[in-house]
Amino acid sequence: MAEQTVGLTGFGGYIPRLRLQRKAIAQANAWVAPNFLGKAKGERSMANWDEDSVTMAVEAARDLLGPDDDRSHVDAVYFGSTTMPFADRLNSGIISAALTLEDHVRAIDVSSTQRAGTSALMQALTSAKSGETRNGLVLASDHRKTKAVTAQELDFGDGAAALSVGTDNVIAKYLGGASLTVDFVDHFRGDTEEFDYNWEERWVRDEGFSKIVPRAVKSALGDAGLKAEDIAHFVLPSVFGMKFIAGLAKKCGLNPEVARDTLAANCGETGTAHALVMLINTLQTEAKPGDKVLVAQFGGGCDALIFEVTDKLSTMSGKRGIAGSLAERVEENNYMKFLTFNGLVEWERGMRAEQDKKTALTTLYRNEDMLMGLVGGRCTETGVIQFPRSRISVNPNKHTVDTQEPYKFAEKKAKILSWSADYLSFSMNPPNHYGMVVFDEGGRIMMDFTDVETGNVESGMEVRLVFRVKEVDEKRGFKRYFWKAVPIPASVAGAQAAE
Amino acid sequence: MATGIKDKVAIVGMGCSKFGERWDSGPEELMVEAYLEAMQDAGIEPTQIDAAWFSTHIDDIGTGKGGTPLSLALRLPNIAVTRVENFCASGSEALRGAVYAVASGACDIALAVGVEKLKDTGYGGLPVGNMGTLNPQWSPSGSAPGNFAQLASAYRAKHGVAKEDLKRAIAHVSVKSHANGAKNPKAHLRNEVSEEQVMNAPMIAEPLGLFDCCGVSDGAAAAIVTTPEIAKAMGRKDIVTVKAMQLSVSNGLESQHNSWDGSYFHTARIAAKKAYKEGGIDNPREQVSMMEVHDCFSITELVTMEDLFISPEGGAVKDVMDGFYDSDGKVPCQIDGGLKCFGHPIGASGLRMAYEMYLQLQGRAGERQLPNPKIGLTHNLGGAPSQNVCSVTIIGAEGA
Repeated sequence: MAEQTVGLTGFGGYIPRLRLQRKAIAQANAWVAPNFLGKAKGERSMANWDEDSVTMAVEAARDLLGPDDDRSHVDAVYFGSTTMPFADRLNSGIISAALTLEDHVRAIDVSSTQRAGTSALMQALTSAKSGETRNGLVLASDHRKTKAVTAQELDFGDGAAALSVGTDNVIAKYLGGASLTVDFVDHFRGDTEEFDYNWEERWVRDEGFSKIVPRAVKSALGDAGLKAEDIAHFVLPSVFGMKFIAGLAKKCGLNPEVARDTLAANCGETGTAHALVMLINTLQTEAKPGDKVLVAQFGGGCDALIFEVTDKLSTMSGKRGIAGSLAERVEENNYMKFLTFNGLVEWERGMRAEQDKKTALTTLYRNEDMLMGLVGGRCTETGVIQFPRSRISVNPNKHTVDTQEPYKFAEKKAKILSWSADYLSFSMNPPNHYGMVVFDEGGRIMMDFTDVETGNVESGMEVRLVFRVKEVDEKRGFKRYFWKAVPIPASVAGAQAAE
Repeated sequence: MATGIKDKVAIVGMGCSKFGERWDSGPEELMVEAYLEAMQDAGIEPTQIDAAWFSTHIDDIGTGKGGTPLSLALRLPNIAVTRVENFCASGSEALRGAVYAVASGACDIALAVGVEKLKDTGYGGLPVGNMGTLNPQWSPSGSAPGNFAQLASAYRAKHGVAKEDLKRAIAHVSVKSHANGAKNPKAHLRNEVSEEQVMNAPMIAEPLGLFDCCGVSDGAAAAIVTTPEIAKAMGRKDIVTVKAMQLSVSNGLESQHNSWDGSYFHTARIAAKKAYKEGGIDNPREQVSMMEVHDCFSITELVTMEDLFISPEGGAVKDVMDGFYDSDGKVPCQIDGGLKCFGHPIGASGLRMAYEMYLQLQGRAGERQLPNPKIGLTHNLGGAPSQNVCSVTIIGAEGA
């Protein structure tokens, strides 16, 4: 019997469209930290105020699954992050609900280390190999909060990666891997702290990366039965620069040229997601069938995994992934906006922001598929589609009773019917845009807009729907999620031409 | 078979407080101010009132809930007081309750009082509130201007009106109301403004600028109603009667069904049709002498002209720019300044509209008196274009 092929069966990516220019950060802080002016190059991804590790993971997963997948085949979700919005509420459960996965899915949060993404991937691979799960979804996402005037705010970025793991249509076969666990504290974040505390970079580089990574690489090569020179792509996140990584590759016996782009220039390091982010980018830009890719992530030791790219990789050519996400960018030069979005400035939000945001958890659960999954109803008798679902149909011609079946809106095509840019109501990113969104197949929802270019919204414009933070209940530490519409400005010209 | 309300009930007394930023008064003082004027106008004693209807919308910063705030403030003789609330149309609901009570024969004389004390929030605009526990979990946390502003985007898309043209037309709506409000001593805003001023004002919710939004005011209004027979027995001449009183409430069609295009008020059209039928109006553009409509925002007034079948569909911009609704136009609208300038103390607004119609029909409107009006229409809206309650009331000279 031939050995079962286990590996990656798909990928998806999400990098928030805002790219904060490092020059803007460095210049604003030059009065206190002129030493950072040397790092004032390139850009870092910056989440909108309503994005967190969960919402970004949902976006990456949606990219992977595509709009037509009914998702019933997904039987496991592994979510790696050190910036999960909840310390005790299953974050991968929120993701599962947003993706409308079946409730028999095995959902696991993996945290507490920068290796959380790769460790999640290892778990998924092990489980697939044993046959316990058939179609695992591995998500890694981070939105790390950094103190102002730190190297980290320049080095880090926000983003998420998604990989599916299984045995059918494998695009990258898993050859082997290794985990090394070493309590090397390069940085830490105590359980009551918002920010990382970092030890000296030179020690981290020379005593940490330089000594721990080669040991993990060696073990992984041994596990896969490969030689160092077999590796065509070496994927290792590190903020120490490409020269350092190339040197480290050499130290591992690899060809220094196989060290892959850390995306420092155009993304920044996305924490637990970054090894997977870099892996996906490599699969999209440089990998060819037959190439062997070594993915490593440092943190409390090191994970190292080796894959062999198959000819099925070409089936992924239409995916946005990371390469596509990086191309969808909007330059941001406002460092104050970054500080404000990340809660680093105490700003006057006005009395309207004082409204109590307490969420009735009973109501949330009663309406879970509506609120988390954007599921409405379709009348089985008349075909009328509506949101929300109701016992008595909204159909003016026939108010049928108890005829509605669940109907998912999140991946449907929709346009703006009416809208406004509201400067009165409180918004973390004014003006507050919202309006009536009408779905091509039927149904409509009055909803918040996000990722809007002010002055570039019009009736008839197409939108795509995204899962975002709706409100933050600062008093109780709860986050309320719902779906929002992102206007697609280019669509108006198309719509007019069609008319 | 229902016979409708036409000429079954007469208004014999009305009162209205000065509207505005009434830093000097709480809701109790405002209610007393309107009530005493109405009682003096009717010439009756408190013991003659059989029952009262009391409207107020925002109870957490206003009077609180229930019927007691009215009874306490007015020291009513332990009669029935029913609190009604239907968003910004609450005042019309209080009047409807009182009118229906008299029409039913259950009461000889009934009182309606509406009040709102808005200026105790500490900020401009309407207070922010929650609507239950489900709504805030998915509906946009917007504002009234943001909701009503959406009419403009949908109206432009439907009728192919250029952004600039619609902006100017709605500016004219406000210019007209400011001109009218300037003549009203009880109005909140009494300054005239130019179209340019309106168009260049700071943006509140695209495309509505500051002058496209009505005043946020404190105030109260009151009405005393009885049967035409009792009114005559009281020695009243020039009797003003209720001709029609209709209310239409959204059932989710606008917000959930794709048959609504977002550019008009589905409910207003239904309420208007029913009111015209009840009041015996065949050709509203010719028969209605004057109107007080719910101009919470200039764009609301513009589209309402079509919803009330005064302007033809898509024809409101032209009528507005032609001055059709100006004080010297064919159907003067917002003669008292409207919500825009008289002000909009929510629970009082529907009664304030009736107050102006009542004064005009009796020839008591002073500087802004119209020549010989016979039929007045009030249109009072609550909610948002996509989900609302809409009241259309017709008041006229007895026999008109």
